[in-house]
Amino acid sequence: MNKSELIDALSKKENLTERQATDVVNLIFKGFNDELKKGGRIEIRGFGSFVVRDYGSYTGRNPKTGGTIQVAPKKLPFFKVGKELKERVNIK
Amino acid sequence: MGTMTKKDIIQKVHNKLGYSKKDSAILVEQVFEIIKENLAHGGKIKISGFGSFAVKEKQAQRGRNPQTGEEIEIGSRKVLTFKPSQVLRKDLNS
Repeated sequence: MNKSELIDALSKKENLTERQATDVVNLIFKGFNDELKKGGRIEIRGFGSFVVRDYGSYTGRNPKTGGTIQVAPKKLPFFKVGKELKERVNIK
Repeated sequence: MGTMTKKDIIQKVHNKLGYSKKDSAILVEQVFEIIKENLAHGGKIKISGFGSFAVKEKQAQRGRNPQTGEEIEIGSRKVLTFKPSQVLRKDLNS
């Protein structure tokens, strides 16, 4: 399911126009991006939480050539699945 | 740095889109419910500009109880993974 399918499902379930459903979905995920960009943390009960982790610089290798390369420090978002969703995904 | 919760998102939907607090809460809950429902059925969710969620099957493996050293069987299970989009990765490092 991609974003437009999510928008579609929301508009059908809640009787919203395409435009209205788009605004809601965009506001949520734009809000997520902005929050993580600020270095903040997001916690959605039953779904999961997002944090930004700092990774220091390290010496890596180019797997194709074998040459060493210096990998610059970077920030990456990390998702931890919430209890409810973890269980729902794993139902046998 | 604070933590953004569902409450903050509901408040934002209320402020920016003008729905009542009650309706805003229903809409936000519904968005996550649709996503969860889809993932629970093994689907994949791709939100362009943010990232994608997918369910991966983990094989059974032998492990050890780190406290007792006793060998234990870890059964196969399904786990949820998140892969950030290039846009988000770039945003975080700009």
